[in-house]
Amino acid sequence: MMIIALSKDIMQIIREQDVVPFRNRVKENAVKIKMSLLNQTKLITAASELVRNMLKYAGGGQTIIEIITKERLTGIRLTFADQGPGIPDIQQAMKDGYSTGKSLGLGLPGAKRLVNEFAITSEKGKGTTVIIIKWTNG
Amino acid sequence: MSIDSARLLQKKKKQILESWINSQLAEDALREDMISNDELRANSEELLDTLLPLLTPKNVAEGDVSVFDPVTELLSGIAITRAKQGFTPRETAFYVFSLKEVVLNILQNEVTDDPQGLYEESFRLNKIIDGFAVTIFETFIKGREEVILRQTDEIAEISTPVIRIWDGILALPIIGTLDSARTQVVMENLLEEIVATGSSIAILDISGVPAVDSLVAQHLIKTVSATRLMGAECIISGIRPEIAQTVVHLGIDLSSIITKSTLASALKHAFQILKLEVKKPGAKERPFINK
Amino acid sequence: MDKIPILRMGHFLLVTIQVDLYDQLALNLESDLVQMVNKTQAKGVLIDISAVSIVDSFMGRIIGNIASMSRILDAQTVVVGMQPAVAITLIELGLPLTGVHTALNVERGMTLLKEKILIGDYDEDDETGDDDNSAE
Repeated sequence: MMIIALSKDIMQIIREQDVVPFRNRVKENAVKIKMSLLNQTKLITAASELVRNMLKYAGGGQTIIEIITKERLTGIRLTFADQGPGIPDIQQAMKDGYSTGKSLGLGLPGAKRLVNEFAITSEKGKGTTVIIIKWTNG
Repeated sequence: MSIDSARLLQKKKKQILESWINSQLAEDALREDMISNDELRANSEELLDTLLPLLTPKNVAEGDVSVFDPVTELLSGIAITRAKQGFTPRETAFYVFSLKEVVLNILQNEVTDDPQGLYEESFRLNKIIDGFAVTIFETFIKGREEVILRQTDEIAEISTPVIRIWDGILALPIIGTLDSARTQVVMENLLEEIVATGSSIAILDISGVPAVDSLVAQHLIKTVSATRLMGAECIISGIRPEIAQTVVHLGIDLSSIITKSTLASALKHAFQILKLEVKKPGAKERPFINK
Repeated sequence: MDKIPILRMGHFLLVTIQVDLYDQLALNLESDLVQMVNKTQAKGVLIDISAVSIVDSFMGRIIGNIASMSRILDAQTVVVGMQPAVAITLIELGLPLTGVHTALNVERGMTLLKEKILIGDYDEDDETGDDDNSAE
């Protein structure tokens, strides 16, 4: 059950204008491994939600785009790491409709529904890291 | 004094091969329609050539499984091929077990002066070959799982036909259980067909869906909502009385969805939406269809 | 700063979004459009998103806002040409855009708008517009 990373792409997100290039980079990687259009759309939409959260709550951060394989699955793993204030109550933040900002509160739970694997860790005052995986046909 | 099975058995390789193949051929379970004699012989000989030299006193005594890796690999290949060709587990297992029988027989015939040694050596060989049987079984099942996975994909592909039943009206009969993977395929096919045909109404017929629980209902609602986002309406038809009962008992709210009991009544409803009328040609008014 | 052009066609405003929007651009579109509805007294707004490959919750909210704001200003909004993959993703995301009218393409959208406005003329009370289609 080992996950092997085949390629790694690091991008810093510091302003809103970085979002579209980041999405394009995710798309390029997804196209490379022949992900279906629907799964591409889901992945990029999830990425868009998470990168927006990162900008809004932590003023930016670092993203890693990786092409990974596990047994006979191929997919994309995205990591969003920031050094923001952290999320005090993750369970609460994962609920639909919960938002501290003026959004719909669909960001985290919505993103989770769009991908195959979703992991979040957060430490108060240190920052938040979200890792998502979307398999090519998952 | 220990018995050197490697040397002893290698000397008798020809005999082992013949008896092994005869024993396989004698077995009723052998599928001559699936594997030719030549192929069987080639398979078996290759395996013996790999296995016998490894049966040195050291290897057998230590019982270290990893030295037999080349054999395991060969067996895995055979098991996978057999799984895909449709052999039964019994046929596949017999391949290894028949070898064990032959090897132990030969050993017994050769070693006549050392019953204790014979017993111990048989016991060890038994253990090693049983290990192979386990391997062959594991890989066989894995091979079958692959076949099942591929078939599942195929079924998902072919079981969601989108039919254009009228200009602007699509019908999609769903047969079988509606899980989230299936819903995905249904939605994708349906929405793409809506775009391709420019249809404004889709009828989802669920007569072939065995049961509707809250999860299935949720999938249906999702499909309807996605259709509406595209700018088309979605009607669910084929709701049997039992389904209506469970839906209400489970407290599922389908009020946002147009539901009809039969495909015919759904089509009628679609005609109304499109302001179409169907008339008998004998009727005095305007002919067949009036847009 | 980039701007999304808003075309005026009689009583209607037509917006075609050709690029993937970043947030500020979307916010600008929202305010420009509402200003424009007020200035031109438009009765309908048609937003063509057929070239948009990603609609996330932010974009979804902007679309919803435009529809609600226009409705207050007595104009109907129709979103046309949504890609199938975008529609499915929005549903999974949990954003069915209830309250926004949709149509398959610009032509259908125009027809729908005309119908809506006609109905509105006869029945001033009908302001809910909760059903997504002109159905029936």
